[in-house]
Amino acid sequence: MSRTMLTGNVAAAWGARLAGIEYLPAFPITPQTEIIETISRWIETGEMDCRMTTLESEHSMVTAAGAAAAAGVRVFTATSSQGLLYGMEMLYTTAGWRAPFVLVNVSRGLSSPITLEPDHNDILAARDSGFLQLHCATCQEVLDGVLVAYRLAEDERVRLPVIVNMDGFHLSFTREPVEITDAAAAARFLPPFDPGNLGFRAGAPLSEAVAVLGGSPYSYFRYQVHLAALNAEAVFPSIAGEFHRAFGRPFPAVETYRCDDAEVVFVMMGSFATKAKAAVDRLREAGEAVGLVRPVMLRPFPSAALREALAGKRGIAVVDQNLSPGRGGVLHTEISAALQGCAGPSPVLASFVGGLGGREIASEEFCEMAAVARRAAAEGRAPEPRLLFTEAERKEMRNLQAIALARGARERRP
Amino acid sequence: MYRIRFHGRGGQGVKTASRILGTAFFLSGFEVQDAPRYGAERRGAPIFAYVRADRRPIHERGVIRDPGLVLVADETLVAISAASVLEGVGARTAFLVHSGEETQTWRDRLDLAGPVVTLPVAGPHGEGLEARYVGAACAAAAACLAGVVSLGAVEEAVREELEGLADEVIARNREHARWAYGLMEPLRGCVEPDPAHPAGPIPPPGWVELPFEDARVSAPATHAGVTSTLVKTGLWRTVRPVIEHARCRGCWWVCGSLCPDGVIGVDEAGRPWIDYDHCKGCMVCLSQCPNRAIDAIPERDARGAESAGGEK
Ligand code: SF4
Ligand code: SF4
Repeated sequence: MSRTMLTGNVAAAWGARLAGIEYLPAFPITPQTEIIETISRWIETGEMDCRMTTLESEHSMVTAAGAAAAAGVRVFTATSSQGLLYGMEMLYTTAGWRAPFVLVNVSRGLSSPITLEPDHNDILAARDSGFLQLHCATCQEVLDGVLVAYRLAEDERVRLPVIVNMDGFHLSFTREPVEITDAAAAARFLPPFDPGNLGFRAGAPLSEAVAVLGGSPYSYFRYQVHLAALNAEAVFPSIAGEFHRAFGRPFPAVETYRCDDAEVVFVMMGSFATKAKAAVDRLREAGEAVGLVRPVMLRPFPSAALREALAGKRGIAVVDQNLSPGRGGVLHTEISAALQGCAGPSPVLASFVGGLGGREIASEEFCEMAAVARRAAAEGRAPEPRLLFTEAERKEMRNLQAIALARGARERRP
Repeated sequence: MYRIRFHGRGGQGVKTASRILGTAFFLSGFEVQDAPRYGAERRGAPIFAYVRADRRPIHERGVIRDPGLVLVADETLVAISAASVLEGVGARTAFLVHSGEETQTWRDRLDLAGPVVTLPVAGPHGEGLEARYVGAACAAAAACLAGVVSLGAVEEAVREELEGLADEVIARNREHARWAYGLMEPLRGCVEPDPAHPAGPIPPPGWVELPFEDARVSAPATHAGVTSTLVKTGLWRTVRPVIEHARCRGCWWVCGSLCPDGVIGVDEAGRPWIDYDHCKGCMVCLSQCPNRAIDAIPERDARGAESAGGEK
């Protein structure tokens, strides 16, 4: 098996190709479009046997994806940011249909103000939809994640749609060496879709989108989505283990890096977590016991694996590349909840919000975050949450506001 | 780790250059990361791309702030602060500029501590380096300056990255790559890999508390109609339209309304004029003028004439 230089977008397209997808409903959006362009080229050259339809919006695109999956074919689709939000109604709806398909989201910060660069508020807006979520940190993981996602989605104990997430620019447009899995081995790992009782034909109609009143049937159906998602946590290790044996690459629900003897760890999702790895190496060289814990799976939330990874740590720096206004970092909330009521001394959590709209996180900032978490552990008290924002950035903001007359306007208008 | 940044204008093949170099490193057994950084996504706008290469897996990501080598495909970018070609250029950074001027002129002008090199605009046959081959030439020059990538690997990378184009185009790109690689031979290996992390104490990041500011200030609104005039998009222009008034018949509603950027005005005498601060050089006006009254002049020459006291 040889490696090839691929962008995250092309790696996602390879994942879809190796999964033998049969239907691709599509709508373009930066920074995702290269995925559907790549697949459409392969369809044109005959390298892929797949039906592609361009829809007039992401809302229709997700509807078409769910409908085709409910008809029993293997479906792939992709979007980003505003597009994911535009299709949001149908994310909840198709998850409720229990339609198994895979959607790749290329993370990009949400309006307003509008931007092209990544953060995780788009994908986290879909957190409670019933879609499962896998968050990738490298281009290789994007390809692997698509294959794992189909196994998870189509497992009869689960049968839910899955979002595979990658960061815009930092993965989508960045090339890295990627091992393109051998097609026959991929087909052995992921056999053709067995739709079970999905599908319809004349004489065997199927009606989705049923209405229920009174709350009881509604409770039953939505809770079944929850139970199916929880099952995904239980079946994940065996699927990931099979993947590891077949391809020699791990795909854990939670990645740990130099954690075993670590006193302080970073907790982060996505490609910015590899920057944390570089900082861990730097701190280790300086003799500090620091590591990284990275949830790859966010839904279902891998509580047990996270508790195990975080057990015995003294300080935890949770770095959220998202912001829930009025609360703070979403991952910080989730990690706090997961650690509640654990046996043994509980670690002190320090909450950081950084990387919003693709803002870089410098190596020095990781080092400082580790120092803050260590001090907090020594004092036994969590520090105030912090936005990563420097004096130089504040000055730059003042310049921009001067150009926009934001300050002058304040004086001029009553 | 090698950290290499290419600067150029949209359309000059800077992304291709980064991919050729990335693939050449990869073929030489390195772990590699290469990426373009898009912005305005318009021909002529300043863009850059970067390559990281290391013997170990690369965890670092994003824009390179501390390059070991910077290559500038378009010398006019050096003076444009928004293009940030000198960002992070330190004592060890090598700097290559594609330019018709003497290397010594650039050394004096930039006053950099590291090596300064020029890639002459004369090209391999002395008849001018065509813009479309600058990318391959820059990639090959970078490979030689790093000294760990063979010319064979560069030529193979050119073939892989340009796959699908005509054989003749690939052959010409390889020829330019060979030429640039050969030119850099005396400096082979002058770019050394930098350590993974800077040595010494880790400086504090300089964080500040962000105070509350009321929405009259903190909402992302622009309170003036003139902000777009502050951005000199004319800097993106590589070719300049010049109205030849002797041939112009004053039908300004033609060029004036067809200019997609709305930068052709008309004076009191009914003569059209072009706002060069914002003309992007698309040449729509030239192609639409019914009297062929608009000429195209390479921006480099037009600026040269200006600084020599010529007509503005
Ligand atoms: S279209 Fe040509 S001739 Fe007419 S005003 Fe413009 S430059 Fe002059
Ligand atoms: S080249 Fe001509 S049409 Fe294009 S922006 Fe400049 S003035 Fe307008």
